[in-house]
Amino acid sequence: MPSAADAEMLAVEKDELTFGFIKLTDMAPLAVAKELGYFEDEGLYVTLEPQANWKVLLDRVITGELDGAHMLAGQPLAATIGFGTEAHIVTPFSMDLNGNGITVSNEIWELMKAHVPMEDGKPVHPIKADYLKPVVDQFKAEGKPFNMGMVFPVSTHNYELRYWLAAGGIHPGFYSPSDVSGQIRADALLSVTPPPQMPATLEAGTIYGYCVGEPWNQQAVFKGIGVPVITDYEIWKNNPEKVFGLTKAFTEENPNTTLALTKALIRAAKWLDENDNANRMEAVEILSRSEYVGADAEVIANSMTGTFEYEKGDKRDVPDFNVFYRYFATYPYYSDAVWYLTQMRRWGQIAEPRADSWYDEVAKSVYRPDIYLQAARMLVEEGHVAEADFPWDSDGYRAPTPAADIIDGVAYDGRAPNAYLDSLSIGLKGQQKVEGGEVVGG
Amino acid sequence: MANATDNLDAGVARQERLHLMINRAAGWLDALGLAWITPILKIAAGDNPREQFSELRRVLVIPLIGIGIFLLAWGVLAPRVETSLGAVPGPAQVWEQAVNLWEDHKAEREKEAAFYERLEARNAKLAEEGKHDMIKMRAYTGKPTYFDQIVTSLLTVGLGFLIATLIAVPLGIASGLSKTFSGAINPLIQIFKPVSPLAWLPIVTMVVSALYLDPSDALPKSLVISAVTVTLCSLWPTLINTALGVASIDKDLVNVGKVLQLSTPTTIRKLVLPSALPLIFTGLRLSLGVGWMVLIAAEMLAQNPGLGKFVWDEFQNGSSSSLARIMVAVLTIGVIGFMLDRIMYALQSAFTFSANR
Repeated sequence: MPSAADAEMLAVEKDELTFGFIKLTDMAPLAVAKELGYFEDEGLYVTLEPQANWKVLLDRVITGELDGAHMLAGQPLAATIGFGTEAHIVTPFSMDLNGNGITVSNEIWELMKAHVPMEDGKPVHPIKADYLKPVVDQFKAEGKPFNMGMVFPVSTHNYELRYWLAAGGIHPGFYSPSDVSGQIRADALLSVTPPPQMPATLEAGTIYGYCVGEPWNQQAVFKGIGVPVITDYEIWKNNPEKVFGLTKAFTEENPNTTLALTKALIRAAKWLDENDNANRMEAVEILSRSEYVGADAEVIANSMTGTFEYEKGDKRDVPDFNVFYRYFATYPYYSDAVWYLTQMRRWGQIAEPRADSWYDEVAKSVYRPDIYLQAARMLVEEGHVAEADFPWDSDGYRAPTPAADIIDGVAYDGRAPNAYLDSLSIGLKGQQKVEGGEVVGG
Repeated sequence: MANATDNLDAGVARQERLHLMINRAAGWLDALGLAWITPILKIAAGDNPREQFSELRRVLVIPLIGIGIFLLAWGVLAPRVETSLGAVPGPAQVWEQAVNLWEDHKAEREKEAAFYERLEARNAKLAEEGKHDMIKMRAYTGKPTYFDQIVTSLLTVGLGFLIATLIAVPLGIASGLSKTFSGAINPLIQIFKPVSPLAWLPIVTMVVSALYLDPSDALPKSLVISAVTVTLCSLWPTLINTALGVASIDKDLVNVGKVLQLSTPTTIRKLVLPSALPLIFTGLRLSLGVGWMVLIAAEMLAQNPGLGKFVWDEFQNGSSSSLARIMVAVLTIGVIGFMLDRIMYALQSAFTFSANR
């Protein structure tokens, strides 16, 4: 079997690269590719820079200060269709599955607990938003706003929090072209807070709960300021999470560099999941360094090693809490892109109804499995990965997610986005639009 | 006998020379905040120890007692404040983190050396294979250490302060010399002086990004943005003090200048600047102090490299050692600010012979 040293190195166009990331455990493939020398194997000299928040990160990729970045899956899609900052961003690599949680403050948890079914003195999981609804109703009756935090308007976290709330009958509010607060007709008012500031904001009492990636849910447990009530794995089993985003212009000017960095990231993802997560403790050590995530190793380890601690002391096994490689986790599926687009439409970020074909076209212009498979093929030939690790014959759409894998029991098929939207209880569907705070049409 | 007297005389003369030297050094030591060395030198030179001990107590022992009480109070009170990240760190934990940061720095330097070794091995291999066009030297891509961040911050504040001085001194002279100019510029000074760096930063970021299109490696855009923000906030004390210094020159001097029909540049060089120098230096000292303070805020907000970014990253990390690391940064910022002030004070002493001339 040929080794990396013997392989013909790609003639990379640009070999000094700066990538941005946000302090979250799912940036792990980047840290691992750097620390284990996978980037260097490809002839790439990479600097990793933590960014202040998702907006700054996206802007700096667009202006070229960053060559690429760990991104929210919604960011390349929203930028490409022109919601928020407009720029054509593409992704050849999906960074992980799952990895988020929803946390509420201790005060809210006490109120919720009265409604949560118990077994052997422990709450029965998954905890639905149905149990939060009476609390929100009480707040509404008292005229108090029920504030919650998410990390960015087009973040997975925004959509997951909305999904969970809506599944429990709590309206998370609509966006409209004239009102981008996302709080039109909302029962729970969602606003943006950068991930690492979530615990501090919760502690300050500005928000009563939030949806964020790790380690910021476990941090709340360690600090004793909040209780994670549900992981996104329980909202939607093996849901797609972050992507690696680059501008389309960069990939066109530097095709070999794009391939090379995709190769390095695929190898890093493989290492993270290899031998049944055997390398996870080493990954935790890398992530706990101050230049990466920087939180205490024990906090990061809590979720990275296949467990998740809900209420203090209630630690449960969630072996797939962070998936980096299994289940074709890194393949950029069109159906994942389409799901994000359906959520943008559902909540009014996409104001006008769109045909199914439009969803397919946008997904294909942003997600680039072609680059991914080319990189994967080279890695197979170099002997770094196995042939069976990749869905070579996929048309880019996952098999429909069965109803049982999603918390509200609504199946998802990426090939029929409009039919999927129509099957959701709360949210825009058909010809509906939000105008002046009201849903019209349809 | 005569020989002995000679020896004695020589001894006295040497003693006097020594004292003269010590007294001259005392001025400088005082300016540098090292006044406590003087009495020690004097004791060593054979001065009356009792007198010097009382001096030593004033300049060394009492300040040390003050610091001691502070450390004690800190050590006792800090553990009583429970934050969500654990108790507030005391002096011992902060010291421990300072040592850790130093260890980090050494470890990073070792990684850097290893990086260059790998790079050389790769280049050697390429050379062997005859691929000479692929051989390149690469800059190390690791993280900047705490000490790198300090250097970056010092460079940034230096650049910002330099630009501020280049703007403020000429404007100040013009405004001191001409009532009209002063009248025109005064409202602007009053309005812009109180503006916070956090308000300037977005504007500066936009403008620098628009104008500084081709950043060089030696002068990255982020450094320019921080430096310009520092400039905007720190130029006011120099400007105001320069104007004041220039406006308050002895009228006789000005009249002499007129009688001698000195050209304006000569007047400024020979009369205005020397007279205004003490106040200009006062302004510069204030400006540098403001600049250093502002810099940390600008770096924190813009995530530009430097101590401010270090503080922000640690705040975001939220690990159990973060608070202690931030305190190391706070103390570093304080000590560096103090040293910068002392350096300016020493320069002021060196360039102005008396406060009134």
